[in-house]
Amino acid sequence: MSLSVNLPAASLKDQAEAMFRSKRNFALLVPVVILAYLVYAFFAFDVAGLAQRASLENAARLVSDSYSYKTHVTRDNRTGDVEVAIEGERKGTYAPGTGPDWVSFGNGTTIDLGRGNVVTYLPDGVVTYAIAGYGTVTASPSARGVVATFPEGPLPDFISAAKNRVMITTDAGRLTITRNRTEVFKYQMGWEMFFFTLDSPYHGLGFGQLVSRAVSGEAPQIWHDFWYNPMWRHADVAWALFETVLMAFLGTFGAAVVALPLAFLAARNFTPLMVVRQVARRVFDLFRGVDALIWTVVLARAFGPGPMTGALAILLTDTGSFGKMFSEALENVDDKQIEGIRSTGASPVQRYRFGVIPQVTPVLLSQVLYFFESNTRSATVIGAITGGGIGLLLTQAMITQKDWEEVTYYIILVVLLVFAMDSFSGWLRRRLIKGDGGGH
Amino acid sequence: MADSAIPRPRQAASVREAYLAQTRRKRLYSGILLGVFIALMSSGFMLADSRNAGGFWSGLHRLPDFPAALFSEAWAKRAELPENLARYFPALIETLNIAAVSTLVGTIGGTLLSMLSTQGLARWPRLIPVFRRLMDVMRAVPEIVIALVLIFVLGGGPVPAMIAIAFHTCGALGKMFSEVNENASLKPVEGLASVGANWSQRMLLGVVPQVAPNYLSYALLRFEVNIRASAILGFVGAGGIGYELKNAISWGQGKYDAAAAIFLLLITTIIIVDQLSSMGRDRMTHGRKSEMMA
Repeated sequence: MSLSVNLPAASLKDQAEAMFRSKRNFALLVPVVILAYLVYAFFAFDVAGLAQRASLENAARLVSDSYSYKTHVTRDNRTGDVEVAIEGERKGTYAPGTGPDWVSFGNGTTIDLGRGNVVTYLPDGVVTYAIAGYGTVTASPSARGVVATFPEGPLPDFISAAKNRVMITTDAGRLTITRNRTEVFKYQMGWEMFFFTLDSPYHGLGFGQLVSRAVSGEAPQIWHDFWYNPMWRHADVAWALFETVLMAFLGTFGAAVVALPLAFLAARNFTPLMVVRQVARRVFDLFRGVDALIWTVVLARAFGPGPMTGALAILLTDTGSFGKMFSEALENVDDKQIEGIRSTGASPVQRYRFGVIPQVTPVLLSQVLYFFESNTRSATVIGAITGGGIGLLLTQAMITQKDWEEVTYYIILVVLLVFAMDSFSGWLRRRLIKGDGGGH
Repeated sequence: MADSAIPRPRQAASVREAYLAQTRRKRLYSGILLGVFIALMSSGFMLADSRNAGGFWSGLHRLPDFPAALFSEAWAKRAELPENLARYFPALIETLNIAAVSTLVGTIGGTLLSMLSTQGLARWPRLIPVFRRLMDVMRAVPEIVIALVLIFVLGGGPVPAMIAIAFHTCGALGKMFSEVNENASLKPVEGLASVGANWSQRMLLGVVPQVAPNYLSYALLRFEVNIRASAILGFVGAGGIGYELKNAISWGQGKYDAAAAIFLLLITTIIIVDQLSSMGRDRMTHGRKSEMMA
């Protein structure tokens, strides 16, 4: 008795141990293979070379630009004219003789950079810079070069002085003096002129003042100045966001409308004919396999850039995906309900309408809404390629490589938009599916 | 008895009345909804059409021109096709590598995030909402945004695309995985806790074996999506086959054979990976079913 039990027990133990060994080996092998692949990718992607190509300067500029802005105070050393311009842009230029409150005009120009740092453009072309904790630098640019005198002692790191160019970079701002011009950059937190540009009478007013002016009848004017702000172009941005949603909406729901009848052709229980089924399925595979990228390229050739092209690209790709998913949903339809309807003497159309559609509607709708939400993201990408919507604005702002605050603004808007679509489609999904469930 | 018998037909009539009214109302609502939908679609298409550079109807007959030009040139130069395929094969491999590495990194990150944001498994239960929000944000940022910013900082090449896709994948898979985690049994975790296993041991030995098949199937699906994404990102300057496609297309006539070869490579790859992954996913879920039945 004990022998007959012992023998299989021993072999069982062996078996179990062998199984454990192979499992353990497998568990060890998986991380090793993954690691080996990552090492291969490390070299294939030339990550080591990336360190040289990476530009920390660009990164620093991007980060600082996204939350701060700089104001240029420039003096032309030949004519003596002083100009104050936000980000050095024409649209952000103050009228001659005016400027923010930290620039005072009079006998020369005094620029208060804060914390005891003051730059003065003297009328005779000489510049003085009183640097807190260091001393005063005096420089006089002329046609022969820049002659600068510094306080006693060796030059600190933040000053670079050459014959034709003196540059002083401190936390408060940057002063550059060349033969032709003297320029101060002052960095400030925030996004400049987000609400009103300089030529608007409402620039620089507080919120309370704006409200009181709006109440006294200037509301349309205030809104106009904000909405058509020439630097931030709020109206265009809002339109671009709408265009992105429009592309996603037309693409997704258009695809659903096209795919639904085709899906019946690909479903086993509705199309007994194998040839038709196979053809329909291969058509779906083709539409899905030819990626949105390729559709975009092909369609842009015929229709030119714009939201229509983007919408059609989404429509074609998703027709393939929807066709496949819808036909799978149709194959899972419960036949009993259709039979029940048939037993009442219903025509085929009525059988579809009352036997099939109510069963699949919640499933299909929730799939379509999922796609709608993810297509809002895709529409951003496709818009960047085909030229429509917020994707276009985003790439345009990035290509200039200087308006990073606008890039940040667009990114925030895109994320908010996707969030909004996310919760909207979630809400709609819950409502529709619950509503339909109640109807059964 | 008699009292209740008298109003019965009346009641039935009113029920019938109410039912018909309800049906009519429902039908009316459905009709209105359908009407609104059709109005939205048609006005949307007209609006999009008016904003497009070329109109839909005027451009429709031009639609076959480009594919036709592509095909005719590719056919005329069909002798060069194998050479072209060989020339762009490394770019295809790069695109596949970008997709694979980002799926891998995204799977690892998504696993971690999903564990941290599932009730009962979380290392710091108080931080669950924080990790959830984090995943939402990661999912919401389109890949192209991160890719373009990183191209500016890191220069062109596969790494910006890889990071961008991996970032998005982390969030997307994290959400899927945490839904899987919610169905995992906590008993092995408790058992491991009772023998003094730390958090990573509990997760690795108690949870991962339960959820691995589902994780793998989601990751495979994501790999498909990521191949498409990495091809698109290549088009905006992140290397790989998308970049070659952009060059070939902007060159125009004379390089259409190259464009055709790239189309062929891309479409074949997508279809093959599609079929393989659906086979793999099928096997994974079916394998699990048979095990459960046994």
